[in-house]
Amino acid sequence: MREIVLNINGAEHRVSAAEDEMLLYVLRDRLNLTGTKYGCGEGQCGACTVLIDGRATRSCQVHASAVSGRKITTIEGLEADGKLHPVQQAFLEEEAFQCSYCTPGMILSAVGLLKANPKPSDEEIIRGMNGNICRCGTYPRIVAAIRRAAEAGGAQ
Amino acid sequence: MSFDSELLQQTADRLTHSFAVNRRELLKLFGAGLMVCAVDARALQESGGRRRNEEQERVPHDVASWIHIAEDNNVTVFSGKAEMGQNIRTSLAQQVSEELHVPVDTITMVMADTELCPFDMGTFGSRTTPQMGTELRNIAATAREMLVDMAASKLGGNRNQLVAANGGVTNNATRQSIRYGELLNGRQLVQMIPDDPPLISPEKWTIAGKAVPKVDGREFVTGEHKYASDMSRPGMLYGKVVRPSAYHATLASLDADEAQHASGVTVVHDGDFVGVVAPDLTSATRAASTIRAQWKAPQQISEKELYSYLREKPANQGQHAGGEGGGRANIHEKGSFDSAFASAEKKIEATYTVAYIQHAPLEPRAAVAEWNGDKLTVWTGTQRPFAVRDELVQAFHLPEQNVRVIVPDTGSAYGGKHTGEAAVECARLAKAAGKPVKLQWTREEEFTWAYFRPAGVIDVKAGARSDGSLVAWDYHNYNSGPAAINTPYDVPNQRIQFHPTENPPLRQGSYRSLAATANHFARESSMDEVAHALGLDPLEFRLKHISDPRLRAVFETAAKRFGWGQQKPTPERGFGLAGGFEKGGYVATCAEVAVDPASRAVRVVRVVEAWDCGPVVNPNGLKNQIEGAIMQGMGGALFEDVHFADGRVLNPRFALYRVPRFRDMPKIEVELIDRKDEKPFGAGETPIVGIAPAVGNAIFSATGIRLRSLPMVPQGLPERD
Repeated sequence: MREIVLNINGAEHRVSAAEDEMLLYVLRDRLNLTGTKYGCGEGQCGACTVLIDGRATRSCQVHASAVSGRKITTIEGLEADGKLHPVQQAFLEEEAFQCSYCTPGMILSAVGLLKANPKPSDEEIIRGMNGNICRCGTYPRIVAAIRRAAEAGGAQ
Repeated sequence: MSFDSELLQQTADRLTHSFAVNRRELLKLFGAGLMVCAVDARALQESGGRRRNEEQERVPHDVASWIHIAEDNNVTVFSGKAEMGQNIRTSLAQQVSEELHVPVDTITMVMADTELCPFDMGTFGSRTTPQMGTELRNIAATAREMLVDMAASKLGGNRNQLVAANGGVTNNATRQSIRYGELLNGRQLVQMIPDDPPLISPEKWTIAGKAVPKVDGREFVTGEHKYASDMSRPGMLYGKVVRPSAYHATLASLDADEAQHASGVTVVHDGDFVGVVAPDLTSATRAASTIRAQWKAPQQISEKELYSYLREKPANQGQHAGGEGGGRANIHEKGSFDSAFASAEKKIEATYTVAYIQHAPLEPRAAVAEWNGDKLTVWTGTQRPFAVRDELVQAFHLPEQNVRVIVPDTGSAYGGKHTGEAAVECARLAKAAGKPVKLQWTREEEFTWAYFRPAGVIDVKAGARSDGSLVAWDYHNYNSGPAAINTPYDVPNQRIQFHPTENPPLRQGSYRSLAATANHFARESSMDEVAHALGLDPLEFRLKHISDPRLRAVFETAAKRFGWGQQKPTPERGFGLAGGFEKGGYVATCAEVAVDPASRAVRVVRVVEAWDCGPVVNPNGLKNQIEGAIMQGMGGALFEDVHFADGRVLNPRFALYRVPRFRDMPKIEVELIDRKDEKPFGAGETPIVGIAPAVGNAIFSATGIRLRSLPMVPQGLPERD
């Protein structure tokens, strides 16, 4: 075990964790940031997606100790001053979920996508989101939500 | 192991338990207010029999759901149903809101908690809307009428001048109003309703029938909602189970020395169960990996022998899972198939197969278990909280009242979470550790140790006359199941039979729509074959054999929106349709596919589905269910397949088991037929049944290749059928 300093959602957190502990488990089990989900543990489903320095990253594939000092954003950190992020708002408006277990990962992947490409075509959305699985099959609504968020300036 | 057969699900409305809270205890749960309870009508009907006296005493206990209206006008609804993405937390609240005339946001739904909610058999079989929805409408309507009665004495005037609206009652003549809470005047009132009160007709719905947004949608987009796997308790530890090498394996030897000496680790060994508990998941996983267990496993059926095994090993009568008998009991016969088939002018004979597939809910099984003395509380994701409570009662030899199961809204299930494996394992680990424990299955565990949609073999023979009439239909389903096995088409001579298999190689259980997917695949593909053999248009051929106007309407509606028959198929572009009826829902699906002649890849380009399940409670939620069912159904139709050999699953990961992704998404168009004059039914399942045969028929129309095995194109299109 060692002490790791993590910058999460703009605040500094000191946690004691094993050298090989994945960021996912540090977030969920040591910091109670449970919006980040376990879905597969092999980077295939995207449920554990967070932003690291603005880039969508699978937190089940990253050792927490390796991202010390980097800027980490989880789903809990997207809302600002009581106002939902445009991507969150768009998901709500399109009702782009059913069980919603994939939703935090979808939203952060979409935020990462829009940061890199503020006005993606549908084809670019599909390509950019293909690594995220929604078993309820709400893909058409998620594409619509990302389109709506892009129009609302979701690239912030 | 035997569990959860279709028969068990078909008889799910049988009341097997009485609710243990009596009227006095019930009142203690609340302060002042009006409580209206639905008494299970079947319990009352049964009381005509020999158990009359006993039943009469039990009546107050046979509560199926209830509603409480508090003095502050807040409404609480208690239902044992579980929310797992089908949107019932919202649709049930809408129905209460409609009948009670209160805003949706004043209603709190308390669901799937075995201590707070009345007994419920489980959330499956598309029964929430027809049963629980109707029951809650009855209760809410009764409460509304009682409140109007109470208002009559306060406001005076003629009762028919009194109108319930917006959480109160108004006298239309005097314009005087009083809120529900004020009418209660600090009293505690309880009303049981054995009879059906007058309900607001769907034609007059103003809240039900509308696209009310998901009531707690915000909690899901902020990550605030706590699933079972997100629960935390003070001092909680993390568990990990050491899995056997294969199904049916027994433990031969165990060396857990290293784990036992690891700091903070508890090793649990109980019979063939081996697990560890540690302060964090990484330590638990590491400790479990140091355990050397030797397992003894029997030889088992492998994938390549699957279909011959299913056909050749019939179960004895009454010995199938859940008591589902084989043999004569499962035969449906009409007319004389043999003579009609012999004299038919066009005949087809074909065999269809469906593979084992996994539900793969994105939230794998998870539980948090906490013991307080001999009392046990478990948070877990399941469709059947009361059945999981019973599993825990049995596993730990506890009285029923010592076990509480709480189901937070769950990360999906699709029929795959009827059981309580994680709950039982977690409670065992927590008992040994003396602390609360969390256990979340890995994806690999979920793929391997949950249960599977049954594989099956289906033999079809059909005979038609050259005038285009289908006259003979012979249909045998081996192992996959009897759901929707009967044909909805008019055929004078039929023989239809379900043949359960003895000890199928993988653990089987329910899956969204059960065998209706397999049976629609085989039947609707065969209907297409017969139509082509007769040189008839597949739509025209079907309509010729449909007398149910609602089934006809979905076919005609889907075909019209799709533009059926307007485009000629080419070797690279095909069009297909399929449809049927099951669990109160009518469905017709049209699909357009693109075939890449070079790569042999098949892509579903466009899907139109028409749907009718009576009056629509929430059109947006319903469309979401239908779109999702089409997307999910494409997986089983095109590429999902569990590979297994000798008691082991060979592809237990998303990298090896392909599920539908964004790139597989067709353009989906849904046509809802809102039948306000009919009874409402559920839509969680049947919208999935049309996609596989519609796609198969579309592939045939493009290529002439008839694909008779699900999944149809795991490696792209074969060179021939």
